[in-house]
Amino acid sequence: MADVNRGNRPLSPFMIGPYYRPQMTSISSIMVRITGIASLGTAALLVLWLLSAATSPEMYAWVNGLLTSFVGDVLLFLGSWAIWFHMFGRLRHVIWDLGYFVDIEPAETMGSLMFIAATVMALFTAIVV
Amino acid sequence: MQFLTDRKRAQGLGSGRSGTGHHKRMLMTSMALVVLVPLFVFTFGTGLGGSYEETLAFFSRPFPAIVTGLMLVVGILHFNGECQEAVEDYVHGLKGALLSAAVTGFSWLLIAAGLFALVKLAL
Repeated sequence: MADVNRGNRPLSPFMIGPYYRPQMTSISSIMVRITGIASLGTAALLVLWLLSAATSPEMYAWVNGLLTSFVGDVLLFLGSWAIWFHMFGRLRHVIWDLGYFVDIEPAETMGSLMFIAATVMALFTAIVV
Repeated sequence: MQFLTDRKRAQGLGSGRSGTGHHKRMLMTSMALVVLVPLFVFTFGTGLGGSYEETLAFFSRPFPAIVTGLMLVVGILHFNGECQEAVEDYVHGLKGALLSAAVTGFSWLLIAAGLFALVKLAL
């Protein structure tokens, strides 16, 4: 049995930072994950708001007051940026999965576009809503 | 020297055979999100922050209620999938299994609570 160590192999290390310079490709990708996880938190806030409206006017006034306060506005703005970014990031995955723009240059362009589009859409959301 | 057969050592270390399914589900919900996110953000955003009566009236209209319901299910399942990937990547063993179950449970709790509130508001 030459391969006794099978199954006890080291896992690949986390590369960005100590071994690898942050780049548009890696940062835009990791931001898709972070915004995806953050969006579950935004969802929890919005469900809490819905539940409060379904419970009583007093509960609603409290939670609605919280979400429309300055802190609530900032949280919801960041939440909307995150969900827009995640949507564009996932759209990039769909485009990649269909086999288009897989080269480094278009991937970097799409990464920049994701940051720009998410910011524009979040600002637009804040103005319209 | 461990007295293990090759088969015994290999068992459970291969693919879980659910990766392709996960990938396809994420691809499907990603495409759904491209349609749902703009609809949801502008619809729900309009409803958010109004008075109690305005909110009740808003969610008794079919369009806001249906868009919110779709986002509650499709969106939260997608974000849960996203969290599952992160857990599988960074938390291993028993801790990973428990965290994965906890996150999935939390996601379904959000879906159930959100849908209950939505139905109560809509009807």
